[in-house]
Amino acid sequence: MKLWATIKKDLRLLLRDKVGIILMFGMPVILVVVVTGIQNNTFELLNKNKIALVVCNKDTGAAARQFLQAIDKIGMFNIVPVPAGKSETEIKDHMRAKKILIGIVVPSDFSVQMDVKAKSTAARALSSFGLPGDSLKVSAGNNNSPVTLYYAPVLQESYKLSIEGSLNSALQMVESGEVLKCLYFSINEKPLPDTLEQDMLSSNMKIKEEPLMMGGNKIIPNASQHNVPAWTIFAMFFVVMSLGGSVVQEKLNGSFIRLKTLPTNYYVALLSKQITYLGVTILQAMIIFAIGICVFPLIGLPILHLPSDLIALFLVTLICGWCAVSYAICVGVFARTREQANGFGAISIVILAIIGGLMVPGFAMSGSFQAIMKISPLHWCLEAYYALFLEGGKLKDVLINIIPLLLITILIQLLIFIGLKKKKLI
Amino acid sequence: MNYPALKIEHLYFRYPGQEDMLFSDLNLEISAGERFGLFGPNGAGKTTLINLMTGLLSCESGNIWLYGNPIKSKDKVVNKLFGFVPQDFSFYQELSPVENLEFFGAWSGLDKKEIKKRTDELMDIMGLQAVKNKPVEKFSEGMKRRVNLAIGIIHNPRILFLDEPTVGVDVQTRHGIIGYLKELNKNGTTLIYTSHQLSEAEELCKKIAFINKGKIIACDDIETLLADNKEKGLEELFLNLTGKDFRNQ
Repeated sequence: MKLWATIKKDLRLLLRDKVGIILMFGMPVILVVVVTGIQNNTFELLNKNKIALVVCNKDTGAAARQFLQAIDKIGMFNIVPVPAGKSETEIKDHMRAKKILIGIVVPSDFSVQMDVKAKSTAARALSSFGLPGDSLKVSAGNNNSPVTLYYAPVLQESYKLSIEGSLNSALQMVESGEVLKCLYFSINEKPLPDTLEQDMLSSNMKIKEEPLMMGGNKIIPNASQHNVPAWTIFAMFFVVMSLGGSVVQEKLNGSFIRLKTLPTNYYVALLSKQITYLGVTILQAMIIFAIGICVFPLIGLPILHLPSDLIALFLVTLICGWCAVSYAICVGVFARTREQANGFGAISIVILAIIGGLMVPGFAMSGSFQAIMKISPLHWCLEAYYALFLEGGKLKDVLINIIPLLLITILIQLLIFIGLKKKKLI
Repeated sequence: MNYPALKIEHLYFRYPGQEDMLFSDLNLEISAGERFGLFGPNGAGKTTLINLMTGLLSCESGNIWLYGNPIKSKDKVVNKLFGFVPQDFSFYQELSPVENLEFFGAWSGLDKKEIKKRTDELMDIMGLQAVKNKPVEKFSEGMKRRVNLAIGIIHNPRILFLDEPTVGVDVQTRHGIIGYLKELNKNGTTLIYTSHQLSEAEELCKKIAFINKGKIIACDDIETLLADNKEKGLEELFLNLTGKDFRNQ
């Protein structure tokens, strides 16, 4: 009776706190849609759209043409040619005007350089086999012009390196082809047939791509599978904005004095708040998941696929919610004013989200930050959700994340008890 | 056995960090069915004494009994004996009077039926029937005072502690509250009351105590006190006993 009356009271207070409801439900929904949308655009830019590449070919030789064909064949670039007569400044201006991040200039002696280098390599190869290669000996010049790569400074280092790698492999392909042709001509005194050149240069070894999934699940990771769980956790922990403040307000206003004179333990009030707000966190998760499933496809975002083990999903959501609610009550117990609870609560959640890997992936963090990451309850929540949403894990696969999360929650509950005792509230 | 409604024996108390005792060897006895007033200047210790009587504060040494039961925080028997109407509004302003009474009634140990019955009675008595489902935050000061009082008496306590229950209300509300408190007392509830309004005390209380700097300096029936001190009214008596200097708490 007492617990039920208290839950009713807490529900009524919650429903009349319009700002709290907007913060707990509206803000996370906006966040999840906006962040997933932005990340999905980036994902598509990198994975589906070709990268525009300005090419200024100053060479008229065959090797330069083959080099450009090899670049095209990689399938990663959309070549934007500029006339050979353009100066360096004009090429840069063209890139800026078209908002193109990368450009290359093939020097006028590219084919000659390729030819010289190929003959020199073939000659060394022939002489190492004890065959005469004198006819191929050519003195390699030292003042060779390089292929110039222009790039926008905003380009991420890893992104730039992957582009460089692709261009180098195209260069390597042309160079290897030239060497093969020289060697073939030296031995057979006739040109290398095209089909044989193709066979020799193309790799027969295929790469099979396989995401690391648990239990044979085949969910394709995408922006929705990444973002929905992460921002659901953030939303759950953001109940601190309503619950933390509510605990402080109850302490500060006269109602708490009266509660202390009544024959009921304050634990009933705390238990009621935990039950009420646990319901809120579960409702938050249901709403955000429903948006991922029903609304995302309508606005052009990838649909959210729920994990196959729904019991595990419910259990993880329940424990994440309990941890979030415990944290909010703890903030409320120690804060002296509502402003303190809201300020500290919001900032601490953002910090815990950052170190927990919600905003920057954990694998991208340095060693010391990876150690700190483990103290954030949001990290364990995220790991458990990712095991279910991205890796197709089952309950047994998330136990390793649930147990530390439960230990952190128990520790927070202990802190609540100490805080209440210290402040003589129980 | 007939116990006094309240008995304090050799009470010593000081706040943490305070060097001197606020109460040293304080003794007081209030009979069952009494209408007792506790008066004193600002900082005299009235609210502290009420908080000790209701278990909100713990004494350093000494004993306090309510109807023979030692006062202890969160003791079910003791907590059911008394009701408390603090000076500050002690309820949820976002809730209606009915919702507040439902919650505080449950915490006072009443069942659903009793809460409903008492709520109906109290809404009539307090003149809040028409606004019983509206949020209290929209109420006037006087209406809020009536809600505050209704919550304190929902469980029909045998002793009612009132800390300035009529502060900031209009004449009509004050008259109504005082009238109802007398009514309650007629039905056997002991009233222990503090206020700065001595005219109200003359109207409500039979017996009073003056408290100054943590000591009870006078305690008796109003008529006896006035006669003994040859004063015409309580205000003159108050100034005579406690002095005319400003008090800085």
